[in-house]
Amino acid sequence: MAHGPQPVMSMSGRVVAAGAVALAVVLALTLGTIVAVFVRAEGVGGFDPADWAALRFTVTQATLSAALSVALAIPVARAIARRRFVGRGALVMLLGAPFILPVIVAVFGLISVFGRSGWVSQSLMAFGYEPISIYGFHGVIIAHVFFNLPLATRLVLQGWLAIPGERFRLAAALGFTSRDIARHLERPMLREVLPGAFLVIFLLCLTSFAVALALGGGPRATTIELAIYEAFRLDFDLGKAALLACVQFGLGAAVAIVALRVALPSGFGGGLDRAVQRWDQRGPLRTALDASWIALAALFLILPILAIAFDGIGALATLPSQVWTSAARSLGVAAVSVIVTLLLALPIAAWSVTSGSKLVEGLGTLTIVASPLIIGMGLFIVINPFLDPFALALPVTALVNAIMSLPFALRALVPALSQIETQYGRLADSLGMSGTARLRRLWLPRLARPLGFSAGLAGALSLGDLGVIALFASPDTPTLPLQIFRLLTSYRMDDAAGAALVLLALSLAVFWLLDRGGRVNVDG
Amino acid sequence: MLTVEDLRIVYEDFTLTADFTVETGRKVAILGPSGAGKSTLLSAIAGFETPAAGRVLWDGEDLGPKAPGARPVSVIFQDNNLFPHLTTAQNVGLGLSPALRLSPADETKVEEALGQVGLEGLGGRKPGALSGGQMARVSLARALLRHKPLLLLDEPFGALGPALRVEMLDLVADLAERTGATLLMVSHEPGDARRIADDVVLVHDGEAHPPVNTAEIFANPPAELAAYLGDS
Amino acid sequence: MKTTTIIAAGLATLATGASAETLTVYTYDSFVAEWGPGPMIEEAFEAQCDGCDLEFVAVGDGAEILSRLQLEGTRTEADVVLGLDSNLTAAARDTKLFAQHGVTDPQLDLPIEWDDDMFLPFDWGYFAFVYDKTRVEDVPASLEELAASDLTVVIQDPRSSTPGLGLMLWVKSVFGAEAQGYWEDLSDNILTVTKGWSEAYGMFTEGEADMVLSYTTSPAYHLIAEDDDTKAAAAFENGHYLQIEVAGKVASTEQDALADQFLDFMLTDGFQSAIPTTNWMYPAKTPRDGLPDGFDRLHVPDTALVYLGSEAQDIRDEALEEWRTGLSQ
Repeated sequence: MAHGPQPVMSMSGRVVAAGAVALAVVLALTLGTIVAVFVRAEGVGGFDPADWAALRFTVTQATLSAALSVALAIPVARAIARRRFVGRGALVMLLGAPFILPVIVAVFGLISVFGRSGWVSQSLMAFGYEPISIYGFHGVIIAHVFFNLPLATRLVLQGWLAIPGERFRLAAALGFTSRDIARHLERPMLREVLPGAFLVIFLLCLTSFAVALALGGGPRATTIELAIYEAFRLDFDLGKAALLACVQFGLGAAVAIVALRVALPSGFGGGLDRAVQRWDQRGPLRTALDASWIALAALFLILPILAIAFDGIGALATLPSQVWTSAARSLGVAAVSVIVTLLLALPIAAWSVTSGSKLVEGLGTLTIVASPLIIGMGLFIVINPFLDPFALALPVTALVNAIMSLPFALRALVPALSQIETQYGRLADSLGMSGTARLRRLWLPRLARPLGFSAGLAGALSLGDLGVIALFASPDTPTLPLQIFRLLTSYRMDDAAGAALVLLALSLAVFWLLDRGGRVNVDG
Repeated sequence: MLTVEDLRIVYEDFTLTADFTVETGRKVAILGPSGAGKSTLLSAIAGFETPAAGRVLWDGEDLGPKAPGARPVSVIFQDNNLFPHLTTAQNVGLGLSPALRLSPADETKVEEALGQVGLEGLGGRKPGALSGGQMARVSLARALLRHKPLLLLDEPFGALGPALRVEMLDLVADLAERTGATLLMVSHEPGDARRIADDVVLVHDGEAHPPVNTAEIFANPPAELAAYLGDS
Repeated sequence: MKTTTIIAAGLATLATGASAETLTVYTYDSFVAEWGPGPMIEEAFEAQCDGCDLEFVAVGDGAEILSRLQLEGTRTEADVVLGLDSNLTAAARDTKLFAQHGVTDPQLDLPIEWDDDMFLPFDWGYFAFVYDKTRVEDVPASLEELAASDLTVVIQDPRSSTPGLGLMLWVKSVFGAEAQGYWEDLSDNILTVTKGWSEAYGMFTEGEADMVLSYTTSPAYHLIAEDDDTKAAAAFENGHYLQIEVAGKVASTEQDALADQFLDFMLTDGFQSAIPTTNWMYPAKTPRDGLPDGFDRLHVPDTALVYLGSEAQDIRDEALEEWRTGLSQ
């Protein structure tokens, strides 16, 4: 029919109210906390040379990390796109893993591989070369590329697979050489995909804390996020912390605004498991080149994870009991976090979809530029006059983690809910299904998949978080990532490896279980 | 009696006007070329479109303030009439309670309604396990249970083969007669109208004409209908 | 009948558990490590305090203890804080969170006079860069030579760590107004800056760096505990900065008497004899049996550098600014 439906005017008051409450919570936590920090700060100091250095370092490392990730992603994605090989599906799945991989676990793996006593340095030294360093600038970049090369590869791969197969067939029929194909098909696609991919990764690296905390260090390798932590936790200089918080927020917001203009890709798309059939890429040299790109990328991703498993498995039996209690604590935090994420995401998604407002969703995803440390700091300041913030470390961590997972949950829920409403909204309206009936009988069953995915993501992210907890943690109630960080920094490498393996297994299991739980066939 | 009073629906650069009445118990086909606004008219009666002007009344009562679910209306859409995650019985049960709080008596009624459309014993299946014809019957069973005086069909059974389609049309006509419901059916098939409709509302060029007796209009088609029939 | 007995026994345990007095002591990480002095001292103190429970809580490195205490304010659970040093006492005093220790005329064996009514020393040592003799051949003999070399060092953050703070003041005392320039020179030698001493020393023993900022007494650990004489402290002709580690009673404590008892205990042999071979520092009061073998083989600096009283606090902000700026370039 030529005339599309007008906005469905069935927005119930309860949807608006629930959405407004959820959004108010998000705004209070993101913007309200900055205000709280400012109010409490007695005079905002100046931006001294070391702060400028932190800003420079933050932007430089984010630029370089994003550029390297995207640049390396092109040959890797191209190779994956046009080759069929055993384990291709597994590799594509592996590309999704770093997103839910706890930072501290990855850092441990990277130290095992790239540290002075690690495999790479050892082999370098065996051939008489200087060992490489995993600390400082290098380390931060290596870790960021480790986390973001897979994301970039997925985004670019999506672009490749989005080129219709007919075009390649046509190109073959017209006798295009590889160069012609690159010019007419691939480069235009890359021009569209790369800026978005670059910006997403730039944004992620901009707010990096745990990587800088573990591998950076020293005024030379301090991100703004880390500087906020130091100003608050070490100097108790709230003015400085507030100022840095604003710089961080402004920087993030500026990038986000630019990013909104460039179409932002979504890295979660499925259907990456098929290969594009090509006729121009035959020949042993090209095949070997592609094979080596794939092998290098796979090794870069697998080796650190393998190192954790390798080092950790022996230590499992003798792990100190604190590791297990902190694991239980982390699971509790993650469970609360998952529930809060869904309780916030669902009303915001519902309001956004029923009102057709992009603004609602936009405000909901605001937290992607917010700094968990600022939120934590603001909460600390607000709570402190009334209650002991350290006693509330775990609930606060759960809450902040939930807020940080919100953008991803909204990203999964809003399109799904929007599709449900397009398909079944009128039917539900005509049957008078509103409020709870609609929620229970239409939304929840049909949203099972994105809800399961969001829950899995929120659970895994919260489980692996090493942000707010570093700010708040009381010494006797660490979460598992903090426990690993402590073991790592006190150089109890065996225990750290075992604990890292436990955390890795828990994160993957939590994601897998919740995501799988959402994949039950509700229509079967 | 359904009264469509000086109704004007504006959608972007398209306007549809309608002003007519339909007596209770009549079976009316809404015909016209695609894009003429047939479905828009039905949507306005069902409560999915907010008119720019005019009113829709049932037995003298203005339906304007009522939400779609509160109107004396059952709707059967082109597709997506069933929730795939609910069983057949649940899909039908929604006609009694949108929250699916069904008493044992309600469940008996659901079973009876399924019987009336020839689906005894299939209540436990989900739509995915039903044929196209069976799915159409489920939505009819639900409409039967809702027992609303006005039954709106928006190009239904489009996906069914010709024989099945005729069978379903007859079932609809039969149910409408048995329940005394007034039927409004959007269609682009003149054959559908000939088979079951008492009257035809012709929608053309942004205007819905008042209903005319089916036999009469096909015997002596106005120019717009003639052009449309020629097309098809 | 049997069940009743068990329940009664259980209740009795609960009752004693609840009535036992707990003394909470905030300290730094390495103090409570299994190989640190914590376990031994806990046992010794609990043996003599009549059913009390001594609980050490590790909160990062020394300087972090103070910021932690500031964040918690009077709500803190700490009764005693152990592990600040002479460079932090003035700042700690300013927080008004500490009480006077009440010990008159403590008998101390320190290289300097100690006169502080709030903080009592429990050990001391000289900061030094420790290296591995098998790996470093040209050992630098001064701060300048270190900066000019291509050796990698790990140092600590002066905002979180007392050795880090000590090095910052060491450089300041040697270079004065030129301190920032020195940090710029040293910048390319620094592998990384850690939050605390444990991290830094761990990285050094794992072979990640050539040298680490620690103490002249650190080689004693390798010598005595590991029978390994490959580690040594580089003697610098600039002199070595002196650190005196102190403890203090928190003003808001509800365990006043127990806290006093602990501070008294701190200067007895039960505590002091554990220090040389667990904390690897010079005890504040030399135990009856003297220092263990191995300590006589350590380098003793000719010149001890130290800021006394509030001097350290007065120059801290300026020195920190120079440190941050110099190292961030």
